[in-house]
Amino acid sequence: MNMIEAINSAHDVMMERDPNTVVLGEDVGYFGGVFRATANLQKKYGKSRVFDTPIAEGGIVGTAIGMATYGLRPVAEIQFADYIYPGFDQIVSEAARIRYRTAGEWTVPLTIRTPYGGGIFGGQTHSQSPEALFAHVAGLKVVVPSNPYDAKGLLIASIEDNDPVVFFEPKRIYNGPFDGFYERPVTPWAKHPKAEVPEDYYTVPLGKAEVVREGEAVTILAYGTMVHVALATAEAEGIDAEVIDLRTIVPVDIDTIEASVKKTGRCVVVHEATRTAGFGAELSALVQERCFYHLEAPVQRVTGFDTPYPHSLEWAYFPGPVRLGQALKKTLED
Amino acid sequence: MNRDKERRNRPALALHVPEPDARPGDEIDFSHIPIPAAGAAPRPDVSARPDAIRDLAYGLVRVLDEEGRAVGPWDPRLDADTLRRMLRDMMMVRVYDDRMYRAQRQGKTSFYMKSTGEEAIAVAGTHALDREDMTFPTYRQQGILVARDYPLIDMMCQVYSNRGDPLKGRQLPIMYSTKEYGFFSISGNLGTQYPQAVGWAMGSAIKGDSRIAVGYIGDGATAEGDFHNAVTFAGVYRAPVILNIVNNQWAISTFSGIAGAELTTFAARAVGYGIPGLRVDGNDALAVYAATRWAADRARSNLGPTLIEFFTYRVEGHSTSDDPSAYRPQGAGKAWPLGDPIERLKQHLIGLGEWDEERHAAQHEELNAEVRAAQKEAEKLGTLQSDPWSDIGSMFEDVYEDVPWHLAEQRDQALAEKEAKR
Repeated sequence: MNMIEAINSAHDVMMERDPNTVVLGEDVGYFGGVFRATANLQKKYGKSRVFDTPIAEGGIVGTAIGMATYGLRPVAEIQFADYIYPGFDQIVSEAARIRYRTAGEWTVPLTIRTPYGGGIFGGQTHSQSPEALFAHVAGLKVVVPSNPYDAKGLLIASIEDNDPVVFFEPKRIYNGPFDGFYERPVTPWAKHPKAEVPEDYYTVPLGKAEVVREGEAVTILAYGTMVHVALATAEAEGIDAEVIDLRTIVPVDIDTIEASVKKTGRCVVVHEATRTAGFGAELSALVQERCFYHLEAPVQRVTGFDTPYPHSLEWAYFPGPVRLGQALKKTLED
Repeated sequence: MNRDKERRNRPALALHVPEPDARPGDEIDFSHIPIPAAGAAPRPDVSARPDAIRDLAYGLVRVLDEEGRAVGPWDPRLDADTLRRMLRDMMMVRVYDDRMYRAQRQGKTSFYMKSTGEEAIAVAGTHALDREDMTFPTYRQQGILVARDYPLIDMMCQVYSNRGDPLKGRQLPIMYSTKEYGFFSISGNLGTQYPQAVGWAMGSAIKGDSRIAVGYIGDGATAEGDFHNAVTFAGVYRAPVILNIVNNQWAISTFSGIAGAELTTFAARAVGYGIPGLRVDGNDALAVYAATRWAADRARSNLGPTLIEFFTYRVEGHSTSDDPSAYRPQGAGKAWPLGDPIERLKQHLIGLGEWDEERHAAQHEELNAEVRAAQKEAEKLGTLQSDPWSDIGSMFEDVYEDVPWHLAEQRDQALAEKEAKR
């Protein structure tokens, strides 16, 4: 399966298993979503469980919170992460805090799925990576899968989770992994081991990272599309890098990070979002706090630039193998 | 160049910023407010098409006339016991408010908000609902809790943030929450509860339940996007929800004209969404009851949502942190032409021969004693000043279902700090 099919399958499994699972969002019903992530679900489960919504993200999230407090497990799709901001207040002031402010009496088992990231010539309104804005908010879990197998297992775990989850889908790799060398043809997921996705139920636990490449020289912390860039860069540069796919950024798997950096003594963090106060800053600080005496070089951040995502200069903005490769070499030289 | 020259001969545009009719020092004059006679508004069948009844969004549904008689088609014809119970609950809210207001002034808590003059909206509205229906209130509907017999002592412990606070000292006073009593947690971000109420109602419809939801919002917060999201979704999916707008005409110091009331009524906003809008005398407990029952019957019959504007007046300040004499004439609340909701219901009951001044005075004393006794008990569990919620470790609970590693570390740090301070 490709990632879209895996996400579709996760919905299908959960709707089958739990009659309280409902799906809502713009275009998710009859049409099955602009990326087809919810294709055929309405036909199978009916219009009262899978339905289109008005173009009003605050309304999508606000009503989904109401449904969750009623006892449902809504999965709300925000068509692009760039459009999540009208729903921001409902996510950060409400969904994130209702458990806390009611001392656990009310919970919000809500999953908000949203495609994020660049690399599809989406310009500055279809390319953003706002995960750090949500990572900063107490009460939210933030998940970013990097492959079809994890996407399905993590999405099922998110739907089953009793806390609100913001689930960022790297749309650049919906159809196949992407190594950041944009001039190369896209390889489909079919040739990737993580494309083996079981049809039925399984979960990938939230809060657990995966070491996707073992190495001794440097640790690369990545998530989403950047996992593939990290793997490709390590190969291309011939660097013995250990690549960690964080999978969940809140809560982040500190044990796996700590063990790896203490082993390698060097760390580069990479994400597509803008640099300033991005999640890389948090990762860098965590590594510095916990592994300082093991570090042989300063932690490097490889990120998008602090500008909006430019349409025509997309590939100059994108943190690809060249930017990552330079940071890795600098780290290893220090 | 030429264009600049042309423009010079055009009239200068001017921005209109609405102003209330009277400011401090001015005479209070409410004579410009049209108040239709009690009993004048027609009462359509609940299945009426919204566009056929749009006049109701511009008029005012009133039942109690100036002499306290119930007149016209909206008279809900309640039995004397129900009327007495509603009167009792409204009186209780006022006694409780006065008591808690004083507690704030004595420094026992940080903040308080009274609902003086608006007691009928929460109390009579709640009596018109089923006990199982869910409410999504704002901060001036404590009458819902009173009408549903929520223990006073729990309300007070919440206000005091003490050891008995069911919310573990996390919420501002008056931001109650109780699932068991169908009262959703209050948010300080105004308007957010409105789409949540719609979503809860949609959930009930999705599951084929028979319970409905009621959302409340103030006149000021109708300007929030959440208001429009809520009414859009409620209309589109015909959600079994009642959407109440409590128009008490003041959003702190900002009068309702700034929220659009100069141009139209708040109930009339329903017209554009294709749902029924009722404008109701919010100081008339019988009108509040009747309108709520009408909307509830509609919702229960799968006919969808109703938007109700309860027209009232905020007699007191916005909160204990507010001084209304700085922006409106003194005594404005007392001059409000639709009167006091408690006085009006009392007059009605006396007119029916079901109540008298002696019983009223005795009930007032009884309620006072009940509130004092509850306060004494609540204060045994502490006040914000004397002995607030003191379990520091609890701060880290309920952020997530389980405590993740980073919160566990921060909890240990907080507890160590407490030790170090000793």
